[in-house]
Amino acid sequence: MFAQSNACRLFLSIRSMNDSNIPKVEMRRISKSFPGVVANDCIDLKLHKGEVLALLGENGAGKSTLMNILCGLYRPDQGEIYIDGQQVEIHSPRDAQKYGIGMVHQSFKLVDSMNVLENIILGLRNEPFVPDMKLVRKQLMELASQYHLSVDPDACIWQLSVGEQQRVEILKLLYRNAEVLILDEPTAVLTPQEAHELNRVIKTMKQEGKSAIFITHKMEEVIEFSDRVMVLQKGRVVAETPTSETSPKELARMMVGREVLFQIERKPYSPGKAILELSHIEALGDRGLPALKDLSFSLKAGEILGIAGVDGNGQRELAEVVTGLRKSTKGTLKIADKDMTNKSPLEIIREGVAHIPQDRASVGAVGDLSVASNLAMKQYRSKPLAQGIILLPKRIIDFARKLIDKFRIATPSPNTQVKFLSGGNVQKTILAREIGAARSLIIAVYPSRGLDVGATESVRRQLINMRDEGLGVLLFSEDLDELMQVSDRIAVIFEGRIMDIFDAENIDIEHIGMLMAGMKTEVY
Amino acid sequence: MRFVFEKRKATSISALILVPLISFAVSLCLTALLLTIFGADPLKTYSAMAIGAFGSLHGFAETLVKAIPLMMTGLGVAIAFQLKFWNIGAEGQLTLGGVAAAGVALFLEQYLPGPFLLVGALLGGLLAGALWAGIPAILKTSLNVDETLVTLMMNYIAILFSEYLYYGPWRDPKGYGFPGSRMFSSNAWLPRIVGRAHIGILIALFVALVLWFILRRTRWGFELQIIGASQQAARYQGVAVERNIVLAITLSGALCGLAGAFEVTGISHRLQQGLSIGYGYTAIIVAWMSQLNPLVIPFVAVALAALSVGGDQVQMIMGLPAAMGTVMQGLILFPMLAGSLFTEYRLLAVKDNKSNLPG
Repeated sequence: MFAQSNACRLFLSIRSMNDSNIPKVEMRRISKSFPGVVANDCIDLKLHKGEVLALLGENGAGKSTLMNILCGLYRPDQGEIYIDGQQVEIHSPRDAQKYGIGMVHQSFKLVDSMNVLENIILGLRNEPFVPDMKLVRKQLMELASQYHLSVDPDACIWQLSVGEQQRVEILKLLYRNAEVLILDEPTAVLTPQEAHELNRVIKTMKQEGKSAIFITHKMEEVIEFSDRVMVLQKGRVVAETPTSETSPKELARMMVGREVLFQIERKPYSPGKAILELSHIEALGDRGLPALKDLSFSLKAGEILGIAGVDGNGQRELAEVVTGLRKSTKGTLKIADKDMTNKSPLEIIREGVAHIPQDRASVGAVGDLSVASNLAMKQYRSKPLAQGIILLPKRIIDFARKLIDKFRIATPSPNTQVKFLSGGNVQKTILAREIGAARSLIIAVYPSRGLDVGATESVRRQLINMRDEGLGVLLFSEDLDELMQVSDRIAVIFEGRIMDIFDAENIDIEHIGMLMAGMKTEVY
Repeated sequence: MRFVFEKRKATSISALILVPLISFAVSLCLTALLLTIFGADPLKTYSAMAIGAFGSLHGFAETLVKAIPLMMTGLGVAIAFQLKFWNIGAEGQLTLGGVAAAGVALFLEQYLPGPFLLVGALLGGLLAGALWAGIPAILKTSLNVDETLVTLMMNYIAILFSEYLYYGPWRDPKGYGFPGSRMFSSNAWLPRIVGRAHIGILIALFVALVLWFILRRTRWGFELQIIGASQQAARYQGVAVERNIVLAITLSGALCGLAGAFEVTGISHRLQQGLSIGYGYTAIIVAWMSQLNPLVIPFVAVALAALSVGGDQVQMIMGLPAAMGTVMQGLILFPMLAGSLFTEYRLLAVKDNKSNLPG
């Protein structure tokens, strides 16, 4: 090693002079293009030991691509990666794991039918042929308590809420001794409380000398979580600054390149007739346990009813009952004064009900089909997209083009398969289709989850427009700011029950937080 | 230095064209090697195969004779595969279709005058195939019974049932002990065009066109596409998933059953041993190689039929062992199927520099 070039010797001497200046991870001049898009354009990134770096940027700014390069899923067209000052080639997630890099993706990479323990050791090469599950369990539980990541080791993944699944992903990386954790929009799927816990997990990791990079759109989190922040725009680094020297407003401006309006114009609240009425609805969850209990409320035309609650408290089941995807076991459901209890999804769609589902990847959108097909999926049954039983491909493409323009979906063409779009653009595709098809009621489940500031604003604006046009909007969200900004009334759901319903005007966040945690204020 | 596969982000057009061509070249080289070992001249053998399959009217007719059932079953299987319903029961559906067509032709002659006997026989085959596929479809959608096993096992039931019939009750008393029924009246014969090639070829081509239209241009076809891509998404869009699966699989079986009816009414004119020589299984290869596109299926079916006919020629003309034809078919198919990997992935050579390891 000492016989190497002068440059190397110089490098080594610098290294010995100031070891702490050697970044844990350094990416130099990384470029990557996809057909039609430059995703990363000569990006430099440094991450030090024990540091948390926030990667901020709009949908399609190139954050995920950059991180996918670091964790070995993509190969850069150009550029180098250094770990502890040594140049490395990362060709696969296994290589990344070797260098202590692990990533929690936006869509989790867990096997649904296996339990937590099995998922933890899945793919590990150094486990014996017959793994010692007792030992794995012991080590896992130690990690879980060390990092406050409580999870039932014997539960199957499909039984867990999204938040719990994320904990499993993080534990999986910790079990593999990851030194650098990459979290792709980790809080997008979390409740405020869970996000707070995640913050604690990250702090513990920092104390242990681990580093983290997290991708996000949320300014508050950047401030709360990170030591340093790097802002990407259209594949380039536009700003890099210590977090302590910036503010949410400044970050938002850097991210979108313009001041963001956080207040949305709306007509005064003048609700019409009840458009959705649930009385004493009960339903079972996937595990056959009661998920909705004696649930009643009514939503009026021209009103946005926000449902606040921690994920996994019956929100998905409620949305499914209203849209006909899940049978209720008790109670009645009325849409526009018509009894629609346990009617088929098609009958409910015919009532003009649109649904933005929680699970975008496998329910909301179909990755293997084109953007045009996905956009047509709600209206292909009738004119102008079909003539009788025959589809009119030209009209479908025209229809798609219009929606792509209107909702600014970034896609190379209407014929591109949805699986090639970024997460935000998939959501825009779903929104475009559902908003276009809604005539009486729209059920929006976490509609702005994972979207950037600009896109979030446009989603909220769309929902408010629909309300102004006299539709009923049932909005599920974990983001209290969003609920307060958009809703006319807010209901809190906890363990399948509506705890209380308030006017959004005069609301006490503390009180809502308590109800979301299942505590009535009196008890508190 | 090591090699890794990386998934292509977008399908490359050049790969789509080059990969099959290169695969075919690799196939020819591999086969040439084998032929040389057996002391045969590869070029002569290849030309004998080509001449055998396409060089004469008779040869081409024989190629078509084998291509017709491959087209029909290939189309049937393609519908099922589009839905990710793994119907490997085309063989059984074809056999039962043949049995039903034979039953109509043999026993309903007095009720169905003139050409109605043929129409009846074809309809009988169609319905029998539909029924035979409908059973696993209903089991799958109502009880979630695995369709792969059920369709496979139902093949044996159908094949053994047909054997029972032509060895037993339907056996021709004047057949000198030959296992087979008596010959149908000529009213039940499917008209022939050239050699043994019958008008089934026209029907098959027509079905391919119609099926393409149904799958790609109708609301129902769109619903099938959605179901095939994601059942959850289909349900969420109000598509009746279970009913559509049963309908589509029934259609799949109907086409396979019609293929069986073609075989008995167009070729053998009786129910006899050797109704199918594995068409229902080769159909799976036809469907995959065509990427489930009904318009491509006829071409692939003819190509595979030519391979089979040409292979037979090789045995006769070149004096190679009888199994050689089959071995060659396998050798030609393998690189073609393996090659499809390269349309989805690309192979990269990467340097593995040990000194870069941490620690």
